[in-house]
Amino acid sequence: MTGSALLALVALATVFGAHGLSRARWTWRTPRIAIGLWQALGLGWGVATIGTLLGVALLPYQRGIASGLPSMVSDNAARLDAVHMAALLAAVALTFVLLTMLATAVFRVVRARRRHRALLALVARGDSAAPDALVLDHPGAAAYCVPGVRSSKVVVSAGTLALLDDKELAAVLAHERAHARERHDLVLLPFYSLRQVFPQIRLVGRCLDAVELLIEMAADDRARRHRPAKELATALLRFAAARPGPAPSGTLGVAAADDIPVLARVNRLLRPEPQPRRIRFAATLAIPVLVAVPALLWALPL
Amino acid sequence: MDAVKGLGELERTVMEVCWAREEASLAPATARDVSRALAGERDLAHTTVMTVLDRLAKKGFLDRERDGRAWRYRPVASREGYVTELMLGALDETGDRDAALAHFVRSVSQDEIDVIRQALAEVTLEPPA
Repeated sequence: MTGSALLALVALATVFGAHGLSRARWTWRTPRIAIGLWQALGLGWGVATIGTLLGVALLPYQRGIASGLPSMVSDNAARLDAVHMAALLAAVALTFVLLTMLATAVFRVVRARRRHRALLALVARGDSAAPDALVLDHPGAAAYCVPGVRSSKVVVSAGTLALLDDKELAAVLAHERAHARERHDLVLLPFYSLRQVFPQIRLVGRCLDAVELLIEMAADDRARRHRPAKELATALLRFAAARPGPAPSGTLGVAAADDIPVLARVNRLLRPEPQPRRIRFAATLAIPVLVAVPALLWALPL
Repeated sequence: MDAVKGLGELERTVMEVCWAREEASLAPATARDVSRALAGERDLAHTTVMTVLDRLAKKGFLDRERDGRAWRYRPVASREGYVTELMLGALDETGDRDAALAHFVRSVSQDEIDVIRQALAEVTLEPPA
């Protein structure tokens, strides 16, 4: 009983944690730690939620999850009544849906990338202005990376070459190479698939937005190691100014500059703020704790 | 690795021949047409050209139809069509936001553009530090 209650508490805490973290700004000072925190939060939520359901299902065995499961298997779940059975089914269903959607997301991404690479091979060209990158003959401004296991490709459009000067272009290429090197696509994948599972839940969408922004900031930070921050900042602004969206966003007016993700990135590039050591320490410590606590509650015979 | 790269380059060259024929309003290419068109820049075995055409058809980049004993190959889409497809994916306008690509900057709304233009003016006017 205690174990299930504690797991439910942890599950609830991760939801509130995600809520808070999706609105937090301090995370922007150390995007890498924040990304780790998001991953731990996601994993902790999954383990705790499934654990809660399993724990309720296994209550009749009074031995927690890790020892309760074998007991249930050995007596063919004879002690489960309707409520416990419902909890068991819910646990199995949730696990199944989460894993299947993740696999589907992987499959879709792999397929889309294969198509993308095949097309690039046919129509993209090399250009001395952007060494190690592929160039698409299109006037629009675009720069992106197609991540891959063996070879990642950085792609820019002809419009980008026209828009940016040499230094800005070098900063953009460094940013994109950082995505490829740090495999940020793999970080995004579980959050992307979680949004596929719960498309109506706005919190999940906000989590994805937050992680995406943090990933861009992490790539900005790496690019800044090799190039002056101002070059990347002006490149970001030129890009954003060259790419007005197809329609106004739903937001009514702009409250603060930092509400526009690209301006938040520019501001932290031009005026970086150090993360107070206390916060850095606490956030780093929270990462293993968020994973270990629910795992421990699975193992204990509570 | 080199062989793979060579094949990719070949596919591209062959596609370019097919696109050029379509632009010139010529009949869809046979393997012989492609061989002939490439004869000047590179001499390829006829079987190689047939293999490449076959691969491109299997990948869905060429449609083929019988013409007597030969196949005639027609590009499924134009070069510009493919560039546009790639750009739409890159610009995140396919409506299906996915994790296949990492985008440098997402599109911003009209109401945000002015703020960004102003920031750009400020940053570029600042004397270099």
